[in-house]
Amino acid sequence: MGRFLLQRLAGFVATLVAASVVVFLVLEVLPGDAAQVMLGPEAPAETVRALAHKLGVDRPPLARYLGWVEGMATGDLGTSYAYDTPVGELVAPSLALTLPLAALAMTLNTVLGLTLGLYAASRHNRLGDIVVMSLSQIGIALPTFWVGILLILLFAVALGWLPAGGFPGWSAGFWPALRALILPAVALALVQGAILARVTRAAVLDVMREDFVRTALAKGLSPGAALRRHVLRNAMIPIVTVLGLQLSSLLVLTIVVENVFSLPGLGHLILNAIANRDIVVVRDAVMLLAAMVVVVNFVVDLLYVAIDPRLSLREP
Amino acid sequence: MSLSARAAGNRSFAVGGLLTLALLATAALSLVWTPLSPYLIDVPQKLQLPSARHWFGTDSLGRDVFSMLMVGAQNSILVGVIAVSVGLLLGTALGVLAAERRGWVEEAVMRLADFTFAFPAILLAIMFTAVLGAGIVNSIIAIGIFNVPIFARVARGSAKAIWQRDFVMAARAAGRNRLGITLVHILPNILSVLSVQVTIQFANAILWEAALSYLGLGTQPPQPSWGRMLNDAQAQLFQAPWLALFPGFAIMLAVLGLNLLGDGLRDLLDPRGTRRAIAAPPARR
Amino acid sequence: MPRTCYAIAAAIAIALLPASGHGEEKKDTLVLGMILEPPGLDPTAGAAAAIGEVTHYNIFEGLTKITADGTVAPLLAESWSVSPDQKTYTFRLRGGIRFQNDEPFTAADVKFSFERDAAESSTNKEKAVYADIAAIETPDPLTVVLRLKQVNANFLFNLGENTGVILEPKSAASDATHPVGTGPFTFDNWVKGASITLAKWPGYRDAAAIKLDRVTFRIVNDPAAQVAGLLAGDIDAFPRFGALDSLKQFQGDARFTVTVGSTEGKTILAINNKRKPFDDVRVRRAIAAAIDRKAIIDGASNGMGVPIGSHYTPNDPFYIDLTGRSPYDPAKAKALLKEAGVSLPLKVTLTLPPPPYARQGGQIIAAELAEIGIDARIEMVEWAQWLDGVYKHKNYDLTIISHVEPRDLAIYANPDYYFQYDSKEFRDIMEKVNTTADASERGRWLEAAQRGIAEDAVNAFLYVLPQVTVAKKGVRGLWRNSPIFANDLAAVSWQ
Repeated sequence: MGRFLLQRLAGFVATLVAASVVVFLVLEVLPGDAAQVMLGPEAPAETVRALAHKLGVDRPPLARYLGWVEGMATGDLGTSYAYDTPVGELVAPSLALTLPLAALAMTLNTVLGLTLGLYAASRHNRLGDIVVMSLSQIGIALPTFWVGILLILLFAVALGWLPAGGFPGWSAGFWPALRALILPAVALALVQGAILARVTRAAVLDVMREDFVRTALAKGLSPGAALRRHVLRNAMIPIVTVLGLQLSSLLVLTIVVENVFSLPGLGHLILNAIANRDIVVVRDAVMLLAAMVVVVNFVVDLLYVAIDPRLSLREP
Repeated sequence: MSLSARAAGNRSFAVGGLLTLALLATAALSLVWTPLSPYLIDVPQKLQLPSARHWFGTDSLGRDVFSMLMVGAQNSILVGVIAVSVGLLLGTALGVLAAERRGWVEEAVMRLADFTFAFPAILLAIMFTAVLGAGIVNSIIAIGIFNVPIFARVARGSAKAIWQRDFVMAARAAGRNRLGITLVHILPNILSVLSVQVTIQFANAILWEAALSYLGLGTQPPQPSWGRMLNDAQAQLFQAPWLALFPGFAIMLAVLGLNLLGDGLRDLLDPRGTRRAIAAPPARR
Repeated sequence: MPRTCYAIAAAIAIALLPASGHGEEKKDTLVLGMILEPPGLDPTAGAAAAIGEVTHYNIFEGLTKITADGTVAPLLAESWSVSPDQKTYTFRLRGGIRFQNDEPFTAADVKFSFERDAAESSTNKEKAVYADIAAIETPDPLTVVLRLKQVNANFLFNLGENTGVILEPKSAASDATHPVGTGPFTFDNWVKGASITLAKWPGYRDAAAIKLDRVTFRIVNDPAAQVAGLLAGDIDAFPRFGALDSLKQFQGDARFTVTVGSTEGKTILAINNKRKPFDDVRVRRAIAAAIDRKAIIDGASNGMGVPIGSHYTPNDPFYIDLTGRSPYDPAKAKALLKEAGVSLPLKVTLTLPPPPYARQGGQIIAAELAEIGIDARIEMVEWAQWLDGVYKHKNYDLTIISHVEPRDLAIYANPDYYFQYDSKEFRDIMEKVNTTADASERGRWLEAAQRGIAEDAVNAFLYVLPQVTVAKKGVRGLWRNSPIFANDLAAVSWQ
């Protein structure tokens, strides 16, 4: 058990380091001179050089990489070129949008996917099952951003119930802010919920076929009790795997959805920073998103062990 | 029951096959014929409702939406074919190699695959296109890269199972070298599993390309692409809401067809249903 | 499970209710939409027009003010006199003015600001104007004497642009994030990527006349979101509205007023004059003749926008209409290309920055160029790439861009400018424009300058960007035209 945890932890750290190297190297070749962009086109070359020096972009790559990692470790994320503001002050408010959005979408997804999946499994091969499975088949074929556009079309353009985009900020009050997140969260949850419903149904049906469930049913245990006592726990492993995958997908998909709904979240920050050649921000924000995904995957790994201790003995 | 008889009886396979055929036929037809040129700009005719002349109406520059959709199918197929081929060839090579060599080679391949999985794919694609510039070639490369670990995992898993089979053991006992066994016995036997994965990844590639084009990072105008058309349509959502419907349906039908085809193939090639329920959830896009 | 469902349903129902506190009684706050977020808030340090849209006249003020009709009026200077040789300007400053950090405004601040603008490390877009000041004298705290190295007929206009605002020495370094000026509004809050809020400054010299208490600039990039924001009432006015195709919707709606005015934005198809075969004037004339301005104005600007034939707008002094010099004539264009011996199809790249006039207009132009055998490959770029590739390294064939700076003919006299237009003749004309003191004689040179670049077809001149404002009924005082990019909020009120 201890060895397993250590192995996983080592893998976790190695992935983070590898991710940071990839992010750094990729951005290293990003064309466009940050100092020039900041100063505008007419700035004399000398001024640009002076600013480049001040920003530290003229140091050798290794020194910059180590400086960056050191800064992240000590909580100093550097200063945005474009806004001349500490990156932390840019990232914090964008996270205050992206994280609640992902959480809301994840909640809706879980409720929707588990409900439909369990329902379909309980109506196996009957009409309810077929309807749910057909709808979910369509659901997984939908591009999330198109679902977002359709929701805008229906709820903002046609009905005018919810905003078509934009975010008033949490300072505008809880409900106005939440209202702005509903459609994006639903767009994310509809597609992911379809995936989860299929996985849940399949996982439950698989376990139902196992001998010990059949035995329990043969012994006179009611199907409901069998479901609660045996099936759910055993079906949890594939479901948790998919939930973990979905959480990381949702974090990343917020980039696209924020674009659909013009929400100033982390994805918006990244795309903007790329356009501005604000490399410090791109680097930190991308790394943050990558780190969140890696953490989610790590936690899912640990959860497996909690659910099924046998896993720690199996080969990965 | 023969395979073809079962294929006809498998509803997923039949519907999926028909939709996929329709996609291919549309793309093929658009090479030689479209109702109007998808590049023909006719500003006075912009944002027209569907009519006899413009079956799906016109966009903000007066171009014929139906013709653009037809040519957009070419674009999706082009991206899908190349990106999936890259993933299939490289990934299968790596996966089969890992299964054959075991030891550190296998470890390295799997770690690399793990790492790519752990890294948010669309994010790297965005960084990638930001560095190299937006364009169809770069989005193909980005999508192709993310197919490599997927195929590597599937190929390794199935190849390892085949290595345990009696006829492979017999071949080894007979002194065949490992490369020969891989080519003669392993590869042909994992083809069916790979073909299922190919259809699913093809569907995912279409979704990816649409997302990247929607973000303005993929296919560049005037080449029509479904994602880009949706981006343009969103700007006209209040004046011409119908513009946002057609490209989305096109993507949905193409992806639905390929997904169904994949499901059908899996059932046909593995009729006893011995597959694990969770082979590869299409959660990543 | 059912209980959870009810809870969720209730939460959704509550969320669907319109947000409270949006009643009719608010008449002292205003939400203005703007398309691009400024990169900072110091107009003397950055080139983005969005900086001026937020800060100019509201937070920062200059010695002079460019009014809505483009004329120059007093602002921080209450009067001035100009020497007969037009090289010495004596300004009498308004007394009793304070900065928002309570420092008094004096001649020393003017000297500080202009010297800072001219300094080696200055990043002022109009640095040349201030580098041209030979000496700044401050005989008393309310008098400033500026001695110019050479005549600059636009000097008072230049001082009224947002690059000429007066900063306070102690706060100048942090003005990009916490601007401090003499204007009627103070900086309140900036939610990056979303909005910037200004608040009325009670210490303003004429605070009683300011009707608005708080003004929020909401950044809305997406055209559909601009429409939705106005329709939903989240945005009170959008002074440089971007979704021109949906204008009809607002024009037919009694809740809104729509005005269409003009800007100084000269939208051009810029040509790299040093690249072959564009170094041949016949090829450039062929490009100009291949372009149908009307189609571009219709497609990229919903039919709004005045066609131009040179780098000059009808609002500018001594404007002459030169559109007749380069009418739409594809046959002539083909003949010109043939005469120039260009082998067709000619493959070129058309680089397009993000604004709709470029992205939409570019596709039309590419199609029109294809008609005469020029195969233009479209390359869409972000602003950063445009500045780096096109502007700085001049690595482009054709690009579309709108030059919003007023009266900027002088850029054609700089052979290093990204057009790479090198004409001794034109430089001589501009020399005369700059140094001629007599107004009507100067006017003749200005006409010659307009004609010169039209004749040489340096670029293909397309149209003047319209200034379209959509506002709720009852918002008054917004500028109809944009001689400069500013939102003069002191004059804005609710009816």
